[in-house]
Amino acid sequence: MTDEAARTDPATATGYGEHPPRVGFFTDTSVCIGCKACEVACKEWNGVPDDGFDLLGMSFDNTGMLGANSWRHVTFVEQPARPEPRRAEAVDLGLPSFDLPGAGTGEEGRTDFRWLMSSDVCKHCTHAGCLDVCPTGALFRTEYGSVVVQPDICNGCGYCVSGCPYGVIDRREDDGRAWKCTLCYDRLRDGLEPACAKACPTDSIQFGPLDELRERAARRVDALHEAGVSEARLYGESPDDGVGGDGAFFLLLDEPEVYGLPPDPVVPTRDAPSMWKHAGLAASALAAAAVSVFLGRGSR
Amino acid sequence: MPEADFRSYYGRPVLKPPVWEWKIAAYLFTGGVSASSALLGAGADLTGRPALRRAGRLGALGALMASTYLLVVDLGRPERFHHMLRVAKPSSPMSVGTWILVAYGPGTGLAAVAELVPRAVRETLPARLLRRLARPAGLSSAAVAPAVASYTAVLLSQTAVPAWHEAHRQLPFVFTGSAAAAGAGLGLVCAPVSEAAPARRLAVAGAALESVAARLVEHRSGLAGEAYRTGKAHRLRKWSEYLTIGGALGALLPARRSRAAAVVSGLALLAGSALQRFGIFEAGVESTKDPKYVVVPQRQRKS
Repeated sequence: MTDEAARTDPATATGYGEHPPRVGFFTDTSVCIGCKACEVACKEWNGVPDDGFDLLGMSFDNTGMLGANSWRHVTFVEQPARPEPRRAEAVDLGLPSFDLPGAGTGEEGRTDFRWLMSSDVCKHCTHAGCLDVCPTGALFRTEYGSVVVQPDICNGCGYCVSGCPYGVIDRREDDGRAWKCTLCYDRLRDGLEPACAKACPTDSIQFGPLDELRERAARRVDALHEAGVSEARLYGESPDDGVGGDGAFFLLLDEPEVYGLPPDPVVPTRDAPSMWKHAGLAASALAAAAVSVFLGRGSR
Repeated sequence: MPEADFRSYYGRPVLKPPVWEWKIAAYLFTGGVSASSALLGAGADLTGRPALRRAGRLGALGALMASTYLLVVDLGRPERFHHMLRVAKPSSPMSVGTWILVAYGPGTGLAAVAELVPRAVRETLPARLLRRLARPAGLSSAAVAPAVASYTAVLLSQTAVPAWHEAHRQLPFVFTGSAAAAGAGLGLVCAPVSEAAPARRLAVAGAALESVAARLVEHRSGLAGEAYRTGKAHRLRKWSEYLTIGGALGALLPARRSRAAAVVSGLALLAGSALQRFGIFEAGVESTKDPKYVVVPQRQRKS
């Protein structure tokens, strides 16, 4: 394998020799209808427990966020539409009008708005913060390039929770261990696609080899731009971003933060050399201080 | 500073708050106390200060045992704590820390046990062997101690938590300074004035390092500095500063004459160090709850 392949293919970098191509999700939010079939299919297949009947009172989203018990999360953003260029209006000549009270339908006072819906999921990063910081080896890189927790190894230290720049993985309260999307590792090994992609009725969630998905996504963005949807953009598809590219990337219709995604996530490990260097300097300072306080003459 | 303008998903956090509880903040403190006590104990051993040596060695072991307890009970599955020992992983500061503590523990334990041999059995062969081994054991413990005191800064910084990550250049100095002040404080409390001169000097040096680095954390962490300058984190760290500087002044002047003053100064230094650790912990937790600490700097970076 070339250096380039080792840099961009996490399974190769991990040391897998022969391995299947890296797979992932392309979630095209422009065709998401917010049906939450993905959330349900994920829970059903993976036996993920429910987390109570909790109405959040902000939108049709009552899941709120990804977590130990929600491995897919459909966001609902309700926002005023961009102001359309107005057609020329009739000129008001200032004549008295005689509208009857209640004759209006209310339509004229209505403002246009749009709904953005997006099914969020673990990004299965090329450089995964959760995987880097896990001290037990419970988190591992699969031959498909995905990142999976082994529940029989995890001791619930919680480091991965703070290591994730997307706020995906979390510890389950009554269980003590960390949980997240496995990209349906069990289904992949049987040649099946993940449950969420299988259940998605509009093909908003597309599963496949990452290279293919990236090409398909680029074509889709071009098509949307041609159709006048200038705000369409890809999120997480670039291998040059702070996490080396996501195994699960998105087509969004607004800034990522509007969907609760970080605009420019960076794997915390990237600054590790600088951190250890400063810790080394601080440790040396402590050692030097400890030696010198015993060298002074002083009153014993 | 004007309120930063940014967009978010209904104001909900982007990150998960740390699942760690007060026990991890407490461990940051006890780990620091143990490390600098081990250093003082070894130095006192080499320079013939038996009371300071005893305080240092026993303090190092006591604080290490407290640390171990805190680390194990904070796990989601405490009975699986030994899973930490199945890998050695340089990319994980927690794995590195595990092996630092493994290297640190035996020497610390042996040196402390040697202080506890009852008079009646002092001249038996095992007791004499133990006394012979105590010095190399204490020195091995002191050799690892600076790593024990500083790795915890990397443990916090190598996360996506904005306040901890952005302070990664200053945090190690806060931590070793705070450790030095706390261990010296324990020395002031436990050792007689006649032997405590090195502890007094270490208290002043540690308090100075901690106070300066703690101020830098507030002003060199960008927007994340706000998490240190506001709310509960700010109150904890303000009191930490008063107690640490007060304790250091006490160590500088009255503690040279009066044992009572030394005890008060030592307790102030210990409390100051503990509050510093809890304040830093709190700032990190707060910075994950407000999406502005994530969105605003990342947005600025992109444009």
